[in-house]
Amino acid sequence: MRRFLDRHWYAYAMVLPVVVVIAVLVLFPLAQGVFFTFTNINEANIANPVLDRAATYIGVGLRNYLNVLSGDSSYGSFWSTLVRTLIWTFSCVFCHYTIGLGLALLLNRQVRGRAVYRVLLILPWAVPAFISAFTWKYMFNAQYGIINQGLRAIGFDDPPVWLGQNDWALVAVIIVNVWLGVPFMMVALLGGLQAIPGDLYEAAEVDGATPWQRFRHITLPGLRSVSSTVVLLGIIWTFNMFAIIYLITGPNPNTRILVTYAFERFFSGASRDYAIASTYGVLILSVLLVFASGYRRALRKQGEVW
Amino acid sequence: MTLDASSLQVVKAERAAPRRADRSKLASVGLHGALVIASLIAVFPVFWVLVTSFKPDARAVETTPKLVNESTVDNYVRILSGDKGNFLAWFGNSVLIALMTTVIAVFMSATTGYAASRFRFPGKRPLMLSFLVVQMFPFAVLIVPLYNILLTLGLQGSSFGLVLVYCTTAVPFCTYMLKGYFDTIPNDIDEAGRVDGLSPFGVFWRLVLPLARPGLAVTAFYAFLTAWGEVAFASAFLSAADESKTLAVGLQVFVQQNRTEWGHLAAASILVAIPAIAVFYLVQRFLVTGLASGAVKG
Repeated sequence: MRRFLDRHWYAYAMVLPVVVVIAVLVLFPLAQGVFFTFTNINEANIANPVLDRAATYIGVGLRNYLNVLSGDSSYGSFWSTLVRTLIWTFSCVFCHYTIGLGLALLLNRQVRGRAVYRVLLILPWAVPAFISAFTWKYMFNAQYGIINQGLRAIGFDDPPVWLGQNDWALVAVIIVNVWLGVPFMMVALLGGLQAIPGDLYEAAEVDGATPWQRFRHITLPGLRSVSSTVVLLGIIWTFNMFAIIYLITGPNPNTRILVTYAFERFFSGASRDYAIASTYGVLILSVLLVFASGYRRALRKQGEVW
Repeated sequence: MTLDASSLQVVKAERAAPRRADRSKLASVGLHGALVIASLIAVFPVFWVLVTSFKPDARAVETTPKLVNESTVDNYVRILSGDKGNFLAWFGNSVLIALMTTVIAVFMSATTGYAASRFRFPGKRPLMLSFLVVQMFPFAVLIVPLYNILLTLGLQGSSFGLVLVYCTTAVPFCTYMLKGYFDTIPNDIDEAGRVDGLSPFGVFWRLVLPLARPGLAVTAFYAFLTAWGEVAFASAFLSAADESKTLAVGLQVFVQQNRTEWGHLAAASILVAIPAIAVFYLVQRFLVTGLASGAVKG
């Protein structure tokens, strides 16, 4: 034991603060959150030291899960919300990745004014997300928003009411999120591209490989490890992306995804139902964990281990 | 201790760019065309808010767009004078919270990232894996218990409680990035430092940290933006008193159900975006190298 500590104490001392914070503010709350899903906790029966009130919630077994998983609309229509969340996540990440990769490939060439382009293209990342949300809400306004004015100017007399009670609202928030998320992908992939050794391309050129073949057999494999990380992170972040939808369309059921509904139950509405909010949280986490372990297994099969 | 720090900076890998002369005129035009269009799309919303911020509210909702329409700086004057809610207090709160989060998160993730990069100790793999898993935690599962904990600790409604909460989101990702960055700094430097009689902490503090400045800059940028733009926890945890709000919460006042004050909102948005863009501009030259090494080694 003594020797063990002698050898490792530097490492543990350096890791300790983070471990403590994570344990106190993530693991312990997680356990408590899971516990809450088996109770009927809400605003009226949570312990509140300010009001000097003890907790009076009681256990209800699996009732929260049964209610949510029944897909009942008074509990947020879980299944259709899940499908909408998946549509939202995959269309966003697909666009992030393809557009980000395209721009990274362009920026990786010798172009005059490359530095300027790069700064301009990263700008959406630098603007705080809530500012972007307000901005796009203004631009998407059906009457005076610049987007519909532009559409009318080029001949669409009847442009869609973007942020109304229909599926255009979902399209609109996806567009906003794509605008917001491309710079991160672009920068990460640009870094990946710059790490691919140049002589590979030269050798391929000497062997007479076409540009497509070079892209397919050098660029894509070279980007594999960066891509697998950023795509996984992108999917997790988008799945949990809350601010954009909450600020642009609010409680519109056509843009409702799992996290926004959980927040609705936590924060707004007549009675704040903490138990249902927690149940949604646990279900979201389970979906992501299943997905991430499947993703990891798929990568492992291809010989990639992380 | 005669190591020349600048000579040890991570060198960018040779890039595989075709020489410009190889490219036909047409390809050049296409390349620039695509980049210009993408840049326009990226910049336009910001530009449009800037334009709108000078218009009176009534002009901002006209159905024919004009660049200049009775434009004045009235909106800015009214926002800054506190006519429309206590903007300066919101701003102060946001700066304070974002800076505290940045300092704490960078410091903690630097030590952890260094330990994970240099030492082999039992429990290292589970630790790094748990950081990845923490990324997956939706705030929805944590928000109720955190609310409960902050209530119990008496931190509910205080900025420090919020800083702690933000650190839980910022630290794991920052640790990942910094570990990747430290991996690119050769171990020989550490050994040279040890030979010269530095303790492990001395090596970290006096040799490795200065060399890792690009990585630290990116990490700081990330932590700052995490706190600067967060909405959910700030809306839920800060008290309803006007002077304790952050910008992300306070600005929602302008977007009311029936009538939105777009002119004022735009002016406030510009004032909020400026610090973020300034921070961003300072670190952007580090972004590609810093982020790449983090993501590659992930």
